[in-house]
Amino acid sequence: MGRYVARRLLQMIPVFIGTTLIIFLMVHILPGDPIRAMWGDKAADPAQVASLRHEFGLDQPLWKQYVDYMGNLFQGDFGKTFGGREVIDEMSESFPVTLRLTAVAMIIEIIVGIGLGAWAGLRAGKAADTGVLIFTLIVISIPVFVLGFLARFVLADQLGWVAPNVQDSTDYAQLFLPGFVLAMLSMAYVARLTRTTFAENLRADYMRTAMAKGLPRRRIVGVHLLRNSLIPVVTFLGTDIGGFIGGAVVTEGIFNVQGVGNLLFKALQQREGSTIVGVVTVFVLVILVINLLVDLLYAVLDPRIRYA
Amino acid sequence: MRGAKSAKWVAGAAIIALAATACGGNDKDSDSGMNSGKADPNGILTAQLSEPQNPLQPANAKESQGSRVLRTIFSGLVDYEPGTGKLVYVNAESVTPNADSSVWTVKLKPGWKFHDGTTVTSKSFVDSWNWSANVKNNQTNSSWFQDIKGYEDVHPAKGAPKADKMSGLKIVDDNTFTISLTGSVSYFAYKLGYDVWAPLPESFFKDPAAAGQKPIGNGPYKFVSWDHKKLIKVRKFDGYQGPNKAKNGGIDFKNYTTAEAAYSDLRSNNLDWIEQIPTTSLTSYKQDLGDRAIDAEYSAVQSIVPAFYTKQFKDINPKVIQGLSMAIDRDTITKTVLHGTRTPADSYVARGVIGYKPGALGDVTKFDPAQAKKLIKDGGGVPGNKISIQFNADQSHKPWVDAVCNSIRKATGVECVGDSKPDFQADLNARDNKQVKSMYRGGWVLDYPVNSNFMRDLYGTTAAGNTSGYSNKEFDELAAKADKAKTLDETVKMYQEAEQLLKNDMPAIPLWFYKNNSGQSEKVFGKIVYGQDGDPIFTDVQVKAKK
Repeated sequence: MGRYVARRLLQMIPVFIGTTLIIFLMVHILPGDPIRAMWGDKAADPAQVASLRHEFGLDQPLWKQYVDYMGNLFQGDFGKTFGGREVIDEMSESFPVTLRLTAVAMIIEIIVGIGLGAWAGLRAGKAADTGVLIFTLIVISIPVFVLGFLARFVLADQLGWVAPNVQDSTDYAQLFLPGFVLAMLSMAYVARLTRTTFAENLRADYMRTAMAKGLPRRRIVGVHLLRNSLIPVVTFLGTDIGGFIGGAVVTEGIFNVQGVGNLLFKALQQREGSTIVGVVTVFVLVILVINLLVDLLYAVLDPRIRYA
Repeated sequence: MRGAKSAKWVAGAAIIALAATACGGNDKDSDSGMNSGKADPNGILTAQLSEPQNPLQPANAKESQGSRVLRTIFSGLVDYEPGTGKLVYVNAESVTPNADSSVWTVKLKPGWKFHDGTTVTSKSFVDSWNWSANVKNNQTNSSWFQDIKGYEDVHPAKGAPKADKMSGLKIVDDNTFTISLTGSVSYFAYKLGYDVWAPLPESFFKDPAAAGQKPIGNGPYKFVSWDHKKLIKVRKFDGYQGPNKAKNGGIDFKNYTTAEAAYSDLRSNNLDWIEQIPTTSLTSYKQDLGDRAIDAEYSAVQSIVPAFYTKQFKDINPKVIQGLSMAIDRDTITKTVLHGTRTPADSYVARGVIGYKPGALGDVTKFDPAQAKKLIKDGGGVPGNKISIQFNADQSHKPWVDAVCNSIRKATGVECVGDSKPDFQADLNARDNKQVKSMYRGGWVLDYPVNSNFMRDLYGTTAAGNTSGYSNKEFDELAAKADKAKTLDETVKMYQEAEQLLKNDMPAIPLWFYKNNSGQSEKVFGKIVYGQDGDPIFTDVQVKAKK
């Protein structure tokens, strides 16, 4: 187990360097100069542009910029934004916001998704099952921004039940609506996945054995069935956390949540290499670690899986 | 059959429209309380703002967001009267030129204080300008000081600065200083209204970076806090002595991710002023907001500019460009595609600017397909019989570019297509490197409200804003002469002559002037008044007293 983890951690290094290099190159390969763009339609002063480019190291050859950037990164220095702020400050302001939103979305996704899936799976082929299938199909086919605008229009503008935007991102009650919208799509997938594995595992040998032993139904479903059915669901949830953290741009935009998605979006608009690479670096780390945790979780769920 | 069907559809649409107006009527009734009640002199206004791109240093706000905050914290020597563009003295008692407008004497109103209690003196201005102009200090607006003698010493085209002071700035006493310019500029006083000319307190120079996070100014509001990407707070400065004292207790500038989010907060009164109605609500906002809807023109113009370095336009007969201009149905496009967010342009100079003459371009901006066709034919036609208009796809330019192209194509038979660049950076890149294939989208917001700003700074052969390669000796000479004129009136008149010259030479095709489509909440007392730069005059906004 220890050796397995160590090997996985070592494998992360080339993945990490590769992804950051690709992102770095992609940001710099785009046409146009972000410094020049600060002047907009107005004429830029070449001397000042040159001076600013020098300030941000953009006048160096690309390989040197990358080496410098990585060198600083290992000392915990993520560089500065064009506005002169530390990228690490910007990230430490926005990551907690996104993490809270992710947590809300995750909880909704797990409870509603697995609940619905289990409910439908146990009644496979019956009206309840069909109902859940149709419901999830509808949710999957609606784009998230439609869902977001619709939810806000109905719940905030028309009914006035909630504030239309998140005013204070530390208030979990306010994060409920964006969290719900963010969770909807994945929730539908989780429900479908759970339903299918439940329906399949119901016919498994060990289920028949458990029933033949005369175990109470609660134990059969709650322990034998649920635990065995969770493996694909956990895999999905694991990748989903990464998706939530990185892919909440649309939801964050609709509900005015100042999270990482927005940070990244604004940075992309301004071509702020330091912020983009910094945020993506953290994404890569998060996803690598979550993948490892998911793999380790398999062993907990299914004792037959052993890592050596 | 088909005809009958569409008639029915139109009838249906009419009913919906009626229902909507009826709804709007109701809203209006409930809204008419805008002027009722009492204003609270200490009420706090909440206004929309995106995160400023740069630290809050006076010469470091090229974009509107940082500038919006800076203008509340700093007061310059002069300001402009909204509507007329006339000069109003703020921190200056007088700004007077010598005989040929090359040396200007500034007298300050004595006894002005910065928010930290120190006195505003000549030194505060001179030090500020010297610091801001210095190339080392990386201020995006540093080139604003280029008229001053000695600018090249602190801001050389290449290499390190030779001095840290401009020789053209001389302190006479605590409240008097002189500015020597490299040439004559009769409207120099007008330039002084821009943010970059603000004074800076002693403490700024000790740590400019820290001061950029926590600015201390001499303006109507004092800075309180900056919670990045969330909120910037400014509060009324009680010791303020200027003519534009704040009529509210302060402003909370709130950050929004999207125009949609801001708009929904405005409608629920969580936000008192928004920058721009989201495109999705442009057709309905007047019904939604009733008399709280704001529809104000400001001094900016959008045009399409031929790239004169291309084969196509190198030796073009100006008649062809005039023809193209007359092939554009500005009235219809501004009303339909642009939802009334712009008004048709009839001049190179935007309305509200001193020297703007209604209909200055005469027939050239009128839609007349027959005449357009004739002019293009007389001028020898468009080479290749095809033009393209370059624009950036990351802003909503495509709809109007398509509409303009459509109009040109229909009226003249000249093929016209949009040339889309993925984002603004790529668009600028192509313009700066002279890689535009045919024509490009150009925009210009006023720097100072004198017509020279819309001509000399855009179409002068050596003007930095001239990226099309346009060059007209006659115009350059006239502009140089106009700048040296004894009085502003003469200058303005000469530039009006120059505009007629441009009309015959067509360096660009002006399309329309910009408007602000915005709104205010129910908490605002009276209607918000706008300045010519397209931002509200925040000091005049009043907040209703709570009942």
